[in-house]
Amino acid sequence: MEDISLHILDIAENSVRAEARLIEIVLAREPGSDLLRIEVNDDGRGMDAATLAKARDPFFTTKHKRTGLGIPLLSQAAEQAGGSLTIDSNPGRGTRVTVLFGWAHLDRPPVGDMAATVLTLIAGHPDRDYIYEEREGEHSFRIDTREIKNDLEGMPISEPAVLSAIRDLLKQNIRIRE
Amino acid sequence: MAKLTIADLKKIKEQYHQGLREGGFRAKITVHMGTCGIAAGARAIMNTVMDELAKTGLKDVAITTSGCAGLCSQEPMATIELTGEPPVKYIALTEEKMRKIFAEHVKGGKPVKEYALVAGHETTY
Ligand SMILES: Nc1ncnc2c1ncn2[C@@H]1O[C@H](COP(=O)(O)OP(=O)(O)O)[C@@H](O)[C@H]1O
Ligand code: FES
Ligand SMILES: [Mg+2]
Repeated sequence: MEDISLHILDIAENSVRAEARLIEIVLAREPGSDLLRIEVNDDGRGMDAATLAKARDPFFTTKHKRTGLGIPLLSQAAEQAGGSLTIDSNPGRGTRVTVLFGWAHLDRPPVGDMAATVLTLIAGHPDRDYIYEEREGEHSFRIDTREIKNDLEGMPISEPAVLSAIRDLLKQNIRIRE
Repeated sequence: MAKLTIADLKKIKEQYHQGLREGGFRAKITVHMGTCGIAAGARAIMNTVMDELAKTGLKDVAITTSGCAGLCSQEPMATIELTGEPPVKYIALTEEKMRKIFAEHVKGGKPVKEYALVAGHETTY
């Protein structure tokens, strides 16, 4: 994967496949540390202990093809940049994937285009809800599609005009890119 | 919490209600968003589809994403389904190819044969 925003899209797509209704993505530059912290939380079907133990194995997947590469790929990228990937999951309750990257580490991939990732999720599965939140020093930004849908009063969030307004909002407010 | 401005929303809502059409969707575009697809550029393909939809103003086209299509080496891929026609899978997409597919197949109703997956190749992995 070229950048972290593409990994996040891949991890959030797992949440979509796990029938999550609400998917929360958090990016935070932890104050007083050199870490970038990423969380993808969902309320999907979760994993039992056996599935969870295997989820980090590049040859394990519960899907129809040969290999399940998404989690191992991100785990490897994080470890190469002085970080880690951990998964907490409860069957029937949901899953939390937490990833740390050494911010200043030479092998950390760039964060990339989080606006495109969030927009792809919304447009691809407008029936689900998403929270995107980022924090960096004094700066913080949060968007919640449940609130947007409320303001839309029944107009679909997948309307092209709505999507482009959301794109503008994301582009104007997202700062963690480098 | 960041908000869409009231003026934005009002304008969008008015236009939406003016353009509202009856009935379901005539076309469905599915962009494959598995790990290999994403690594090969599926997000940019999705973006291109959204852009074409906004530009053309078509009201009867649905877009969605799906998981892995089982053909890593052929990604990015998209499937186009027109009502009453068999689905067509397109492989090794670029933004240019996607725009052409949108114009000729989604809008014009004629599949772009040279970009389509040849039937029978689905089982190569
Ligand atoms: N958020 C999630 N909720 C439930 N199960 C998950 C989640 N993320 C991953 N899994 C499980 O872990 C497996 C491996 O995930 P991944 O490495 O992304 O590969 P793939 O999605 O291609 O199978 C998935 O097939 C699925 O069974
Ligand atoms: S993710 Fe590689 S074939 Fe689907
Ligand atoms: Mg996956």
